Amino acid sequence: MQAKKRYLTLFSAGACLILLFCFGGIQVPLSRKGPSRRDDRSLTGYHPGARWRRFSASLQPFSPWEHDQSDSHNEHISPRQKRDAISGVYTGKRCRMESCFDFSLCQRNGFKVYVYPQQKGEKMSESYQNILSSIEGSMLYTPDPGQACLFVLSLDTLDRDQLSPQYVHNLKAKVQSLHLWNGGKNHIIFNLYSGTWPDYTEDLGFDIGLAMLAKASISTENFRPNFDVSIPLFSKDHPRTGGERGYLKHNTIPPYRKYMLVFKGKRYLTGIGSDTRNALYHVHNSEDVVLLTTCKHGKDWQKHKDARCDKDNAEYDKYDYREMLYNSTFCLVPRGRRLGSFRFLEALQAACVPVMLSNGWELPFSEIIDWNTAAVIGDERLLLQIPSTVRSIHQDKILSLRHQTQFLWEAYFNSVEKIVLTTLEIIQDRVLQHTSRSNLMWNSLPGGLFTLPQYSTYLGDFPFYYAKLGVKPYTKFTAIVHVVSPLVSQSQPVMKLLVVVAKSQYCAQVIVVWNCDKPLPAKHRWPVTSVPVIVIEGESKVISSRFLPYDTIPTDAVLSLDEDTVLSTTEVDFAFTVWQSFPDRIVGYPARSHFWDSNKERWGYTSKWTNEYSMVLTGAAIYHKYYHYLYTTYLPASLKTMVDQMSNCEDILMNFLVSSVSKLPPIKVTQKKQYKETMMGQSSRASRWADPDHFAQRQTCMNKFASWFGTMPLVHSQMRLDPVLFKDQVSILRKKYRDIERL
Amino acid sequence: MYASGKYSSRGPALIPRMKTKHRIYYITLFSVVLLGLIATGMFQFWPHSIESAADWTLDKRSVHDAPLVRLPVSSPIPERGDLSCRMHTCFDVYRCGYNPKNRIKVYIYPLQKFVDELGVPISSTGLSREYNDLLSAISDSNFYTDDVTRACLFIPSIDVLNQNSLRIRETAQALTMLPRWDKGMNHLLFNMLPGGPPDYNTALDVPRDRALLAGGGFSTWTYRQGYDVSIPVYSPLSADVELPERQPRHYFILSSQTAIHREYRAELERLKEENGEALLLLDKCSNLSQGVASARKRCYKGQVYDYPQILQESSFCVVLRGARLGQAALSDVLQAGCVPVILADSYILPFSEVLDWKRASVVIPEEKLSEMYTILKSIPHRQVEEMQRQARWFWEAYFSSMKAIGLTTLQIINDRIYPYAARTYEQWNNPPLAVKIVNSPLFLPLIPPRAPGFTAVVLTYDRVESLFRVITEISKVPSLAKLLVVWNNQNKSPPEESLWPKIGVPLKVVRTKENKLSNRFFPYDEIETEAVLAIDDDIIMLTSDELQFGYEVWREFPDRLVGYPGRLHLWDHEMGKWKYESEWTNEVSMVLTGAAFYHKYFNYLYTYKMPGDIKNWVDAHMNCEDIAMNFLVANITGKAPIKVTPRKKFKCPECTAIDGLSLDQTHMVERSECINKFASVFGTMPLKVVEHRADPVLYKDDFPEKLKSFPNIGSL
Repeated sequence: MQAKKRYLTLFSAGACLILLFCFGGIQVPLSRKGPSRRDDRSLTGYHPGARWRRFSASLQPFSPWEHDQSDSHNEHISPRQKRDAISGVYTGKRCRMESCFDFSLCQRNGFKVYVYPQQKGEKMSESYQNILSSIEGSMLYTPDPGQACLFVLSLDTLDRDQLSPQYVHNLKAKVQSLHLWNGGKNHIIFNLYSGTWPDYTEDLGFDIGLAMLAKASISTENFRPNFDVSIPLFSKDHPRTGGERGYLKHNTIPPYRKYMLVFKGKRYLTGIGSDTRNALYHVHNSEDVVLLTTCKHGKDWQKHKDARCDKDNAEYDKYDYREMLYNSTFCLVPRGRRLGSFRFLEALQAACVPVMLSNGWELPFSEIIDWNTAAVIGDERLLLQIPSTVRSIHQDKILSLRHQTQFLWEAYFNSVEKIVLTTLEIIQDRVLQHTSRSNLMWNSLPGGLFTLPQYSTYLGDFPFYYAKLGVKPYTKFTAIVHVVSPLVSQSQPVMKLLVVVAKSQYCAQVIVVWNCDKPLPAKHRWPVTSVPVIVIEGESKVISSRFLPYDTIPTDAVLSLDEDTVLSTTEVDFAFTVWQSFPDRIVGYPARSHFWDSNKERWGYTSKWTNEYSMVLTGAAIYHKYYHYLYTTYLPASLKTMVDQMSNCEDILMNFLVSSVSKLPPIKVTQKKQYKETMMGQSSRASRWADPDHFAQRQTCMNKFASWFGTMPLVHSQMRLDPVLFKDQVSILRKKYRDIERL
Repeated sequence: MYASGKYSSRGPALIPRMKTKHRIYYITLFSVVLLGLIATGMFQFWPHSIESAADWTLDKRSVHDAPLVRLPVSSPIPERGDLSCRMHTCFDVYRCGYNPKNRIKVYIYPLQKFVDELGVPISSTGLSREYNDLLSAISDSNFYTDDVTRACLFIPSIDVLNQNSLRIRETAQALTMLPRWDKGMNHLLFNMLPGGPPDYNTALDVPRDRALLAGGGFSTWTYRQGYDVSIPVYSPLSADVELPERQPRHYFILSSQTAIHREYRAELERLKEENGEALLLLDKCSNLSQGVASARKRCYKGQVYDYPQILQESSFCVVLRGARLGQAALSDVLQAGCVPVILADSYILPFSEVLDWKRASVVIPEEKLSEMYTILKSIPHRQVEEMQRQARWFWEAYFSSMKAIGLTTLQIINDRIYPYAARTYEQWNNPPLAVKIVNSPLFLPLIPPRAPGFTAVVLTYDRVESLFRVITEISKVPSLAKLLVVWNNQNKSPPEESLWPKIGVPLKVVRTKENKLSNRFFPYDEIETEAVLAIDDDIIMLTSDELQFGYEVWREFPDRLVGYPGRLHLWDHEMGKWKYESEWTNEVSMVLTGAAFYHKYFNYLYTYKMPGDIKNWVDAHMNCEDIAMNFLVANITGKAPIKVTPRKKFKCPECTAIDGLSLDQTHMVERSECINKFASVFGTMPLKVVEHRADPVLYKDDFPEKLKSFPNIGSL
């Protein structure tokens, strides 16, 4: 019996165990799909498989209405005191604009930048020289420290690698001795390299105090958001101004190139940054994923050489970097010694979509650029997944990523000047918070440097975003007539012109810019028109005043006219309907062309009738009012003064400006007669076209402008836009714009 | 599962009573074992049905039945939370893995009630209504998984939305009790009201190791950019009140918050004195009759206003910081379509990682409160209107419910883990408007080089003689790179190679499997150039100059259709539908693809991305493929086609049949039908009307013909 009892107990215990297995048993590893990685601490009531379900019972709200009231119990803390307290607490690594920047300096004169005078005997790298001269040439520059809101050192801080020949010693003492230093407040320090072998820290080797950093390869850990600016690493050969265009010329369909993913670079056998590059060979397949590394760099690479070095080096030499760069869909950008590498800008320019593999790198201009639209941001921890990730990217997405690389490259990266101006504009946006650029302005054509929020913060006021917003420009225009000769008779061309233009159904207003030395004629001497005619007397009587952004322009479109222009109402109407399709370009009548004169090694200007043109003169052209603002504020005083002194070339300059923004040619519309050429014989005293020097001047202008822009922005076109039924052999009654054909 | 657990616990209790009756006992025992085995089998075969049945019982329970967990005093407290945490340092990405859907899996811990050793709960409210809503919404979403081993993100059911109701130390201890806590790795906490008097920290004070925090009211010093998520403070009013759109707005600036510091209130009063009626300053009501919810009323000098309705009467609404940076008023203001004027220095705006607040709000430094009026006056009127729409849309999409807030937070985290599949700026910020927003991947202003030339694709059936003439004519065009003949006749073989005209560029013949019109728009691998010239086998009237010029114009407009005869769509007011118009109009909205240049990308779009059943419809009707192409291109680019040269129709002596057809009334009716059909499939009329055509610069100018680049432009 005893044995039986014992047997029974054992048996029943076993049975119970089985039962428990069956019913409570899904916790047991056996019934799991995979082994669990960690042991679950079993807790009362905890069921790993339990679903969360809504509780239907009535629950309390998380915050009773009284909470709002309870806020007010703290009235004793004055917000003003709180603000003052901030600046004492949050300094150093916790600096923000609110705590380390003095906004009051920017209040009086706006956002102006001062550059310290260069000290004699102080060595300075070419790159830093370029940075300083870019600032000095920009519209933000002021030579007066009393007006400045931001200060830039003339001490070269770009290379803070102690082993580098460019390293500037005793920076600490030199900085402290600057009497405007003020603990670094409102200063910005540019830096490309920091730290040295083996750990490459981000320390600059001197106390930057409250200064902002514009630094390459900055890590998210050290990056002070909305205070520092992450800039790209650029080589010493990076052009100061102008800059190369992107390499994308074709949009092949399907968009895949010969290689899917490539990389060619050094592998580090020791020290920081080795891990990722050491692992690249796992992914290399020598077909469409070609990731090459070499150990052959530095003095004693042989000493540290590992088992794979020889094989890697051999493979490395088989491929040409340039060839791979131009023929790959994606380019890997793994961290080097520092987080950023030259590969980044190279890939961007080559329209090879960068695949970032540098965890913790605060990407260049991350504050304003949405990098997901131009790059693939990978995770070093998931290196082995990278090939399948890039293969999964849809071809439409590849096309748009590729286009965005080109846009960003040309908008912010292709010259030192753009990099520096972008940095300054980012800071300006922070300072003038309520007139700052929206994300769309930074991330779509033509980019933030051409979109000035001081003009307007509304996207629909610019010529660039109509399609993006789904809106249309205002359907009327304002005519601006530039008058330089006195009013002597009612039969003067300008009188006819005013009447004709005002008759256009699209004309909202006529503005006469009176740039004549004679006093303003009496009001009754101007023709009577159905639209208001406003006469503005140019104060300094300079030619640039025709391009001032007058507040009295109520429309988006401006029809710019010379006083001796001959046009018919129909022509004006037609040109305006065409402009509505191309609001970001100049649309007009008289066309000119430029060419490269290889004998004289300079640009040439021609007014001859040719099969192509690259400029439409502003003696009779429609364009967006915003270009008046750009002309006045974006262009440097040197060019504008030159134009004013000669009273010439303002139209060429406008064409340079618009084409550099739009990257497209202007549009010529059909005209009834030959323009200007027929006018030349007339006895208009002030006709500047009769002047023999006139032409030579325009030649000179072309070259001056091209050198300031750093490139030739003008683009040729071979077509002209005519009304659909232009000169067709059908009844004239069918035609809407019949006057254009009547001679 | 719960029920079966109960049943099994009864088993052992039976045993002692049956001690003597061994046989009966054995039988019972075996049957129980058998039952157990059957049950096991059921688990194997129908695991889901059993689980959900078990859930249902769980669901029936009330919050008070949640299992009780007693926290030992000595249980560990997590670290405070590392300010340097970022996704690549504090987040275990391996748990999310690579998955084709690019979607993270989120697990929610079941509800437990945590108490200290004395039995006092860690929170005065327990699970709040809002947190219940939030977790329920997540559990109903695609992110949810009930499999803890597959989860990449864990959400505790411990409610920390309002720090005021929490016991900090005990809450922290409760977090460490979570079975997968592991230093807070991949855990997400939601908090809307952080800090407490007197300092009001801007982030939750509960120590939380590496857990991510979705917080309402972060300042730039507590927000870990790219790690934390800034969320709005939910306003419970939005669930009760509907604010349909209303105009006009009588006031310019409205201040409706009740807990404004007196310094700021004084400053607002001063603004009101200067600018009068344009400003309305409301405060809480002091003498409301009993039973009136004070949250729903505001007063100014004894006059009572309904809140939040009054917000709809103003263009701008002030959202000032209180003791906390995040204010529930922001949500009310957005809901009313009033543009928030945010005065809260260092505040991280809700969802600022993805939302472009510059399009929906005005941020003014607190210091500049006195300049507010001037600043707001300088904003263009059209922009204010757009901001109002944008504000309202932000509220609808991201603020309106706990569900919206929760799912937006998860989507943001999801976008970080799968950045290459992240939602775009447009997807986050553009309201789903009636206005079509164009977004073409070919947006760069790029004039492709002339050199690669174009590929001519000739669609043919059996008109060999005409085809050969076309080939001979086109081969004279300087920029022709290749000629591709699409042989659409399955019953007849193309002529022998020796019979084809000898031309200077490669000529390829592609034979199709079916006689379909869409074959002409297939993105053949043989097309190696960007530019494609689609041309019918009877178009022999186009001159070489005309074609070359067409190609030059295409280079200037590579994202458009560039063709010769133009056509127009018109709205027929009498019939109330679209009508097709063929000739002699002053306007153009389509070009015929009997001869047209376009980008090869559109071949790909036509073949693979044509909306609805248009492609099959065209093939079935053997008509309107050109209209479909015009719709497609206009829809993605938002631009009109370019008509080049005077050419109005394709007239040729041999092909009277086609021409006769074109003139045919029934043909016109059919084409009109196509337009109406396509417009309804696209849901809009994408075609754009223009009044211009492109001619060579010196066309018809009084200028020596031999000096013109394109002297031989044909006539009509």
